Amino acid sequence: MSAARALSLVVERELRLSFRRPDQLLQPLVFFLIVTTLFPLGLNLQLSLLKDMAPGVLWTAALLASLLSLESLFKGDADDGTLEQLALSGHSLTLIVIGKTAAHWLLSGAALVLASPLVAIALGIPDTAFGTMFASLALGTMTLSWLGSIGAALTVGLKRGNVLLSLIVLPLAMPMLIFGAGATDRAIAGTSPAGALYFLGSLCVFTCTLAPFAASAALRITLE
Amino acid sequence: MNTAADGLGVEGVHVWRGDRHVLKAVSLHIKPREVLHISGRNGSGKTTLLKVASGLLRPEQGRVTWLGRAISDVRSDYQRALAYASHEPALKGDLTALENLRFMVGLKRRASAAELTGCLQRTGVAGCADLPVRVLSAGQRRRVAMARVLGVRALLWLLDEPFTNLDAGGSETFAALIAEHVSEGGMAVVVAHHELVLPAEARRLELPG
Repeated sequence: MSAARALSLVVERELRLSFRRPDQLLQPLVFFLIVTTLFPLGLNLQLSLLKDMAPGVLWTAALLASLLSLESLFKGDADDGTLEQLALSGHSLTLIVIGKTAAHWLLSGAALVLASPLVAIALGIPDTAFGTMFASLALGTMTLSWLGSIGAALTVGLKRGNVLLSLIVLPLAMPMLIFGAGATDRAIAGTSPAGALYFLGSLCVFTCTLAPFAASAALRITLE
Repeated sequence: MNTAADGLGVEGVHVWRGDRHVLKAVSLHIKPREVLHISGRNGSGKTTLLKVASGLLRPEQGRVTWLGRAISDVRSDYQRALAYASHEPALKGDLTALENLRFMVGLKRRASAAELTGCLQRTGVAGCADLPVRVLSAGQRRRVAMARVLGVRALLWLLDEPFTNLDAGGSETFAALIAEHVSEGGMAVVVAHHELVLPAEARRLELPG
């Protein structure tokens, strides 16, 4: 049994499970759309001012939305004994974590990236900045999923771990917010966002190489 | 210390859970064609012992060996030779019985849908193959979990209270499956707190509690 086949099996299982629960699948997306529409309504801003705030609003909402579904990343499997089976499957737990986290990103981060043009139009972000917005959101949400996998693994044994999970993950997500919103900001202003995007890319590579090991170590402790 | 070079060996294992000394110098050996029935009162550490044997829980003292080597050295070989059925059936309610089997067995070996349906048939739940597991009864879930153990085709079975929620017919079916597995050269460690319909030659290990 090759590692690649096991990985695809884990991803397929996660996707299939999620599509059986469309309500949970749509929650982060609807949250993202509603929060970002609340800002223009509540602030009664001029369009020019709104455009200045738009990257920050977009990014904060995206981070919170993808945080919503993080708690369930390992919790269901830990509660019903599936995690034990996965840990004894003959594959490294790190591989399983990679598969589950990748599936989580496809269902939360990638979905947010696809929905972001709607929000961008509502916030008055010019379509010349869409490319940068897509790239920065994709890298940022991916980094958040990797970071979140550590938080989710650490809090998997707790009854109400959601608040603690946010407290662990959000401070670590601040660099992504700064550089992600910064990149979008620059693209709106018409200057090159390359520096910020490179930084986001390096964060993503950094977390995706280390987080699976940390998360699987945390899960192993939970299993004892 | 004698090592079971042809099976599973647990040697002088001590486990502490917080302040409680759950396992005190417990040893067990099991070779092919053997059934070991672990019994003991509630809280005597039966499940803990099974977790130690599976490698999920590392003992504070003592060692667990597979074919004479520490399981931490042969982890993936050991896990491939192992089918562990925990007290929870470890099934996803939103997936059908067959899908559950496909994913969990699929991680260990390639198995066709027909073969997995055959496993469900042997445990008596072939009719539930395409039903989501959440609509099944506790006993039917137990049977699906047992079908997973069959599907994995492992040498060593570690079963934690497999007879829970089963009707009389189910208990007999499971006992027959265990006997068949053992007669084909397999090994089974069965945790159960009550008397069983296990084969007569099953060895007993009673945990003091």
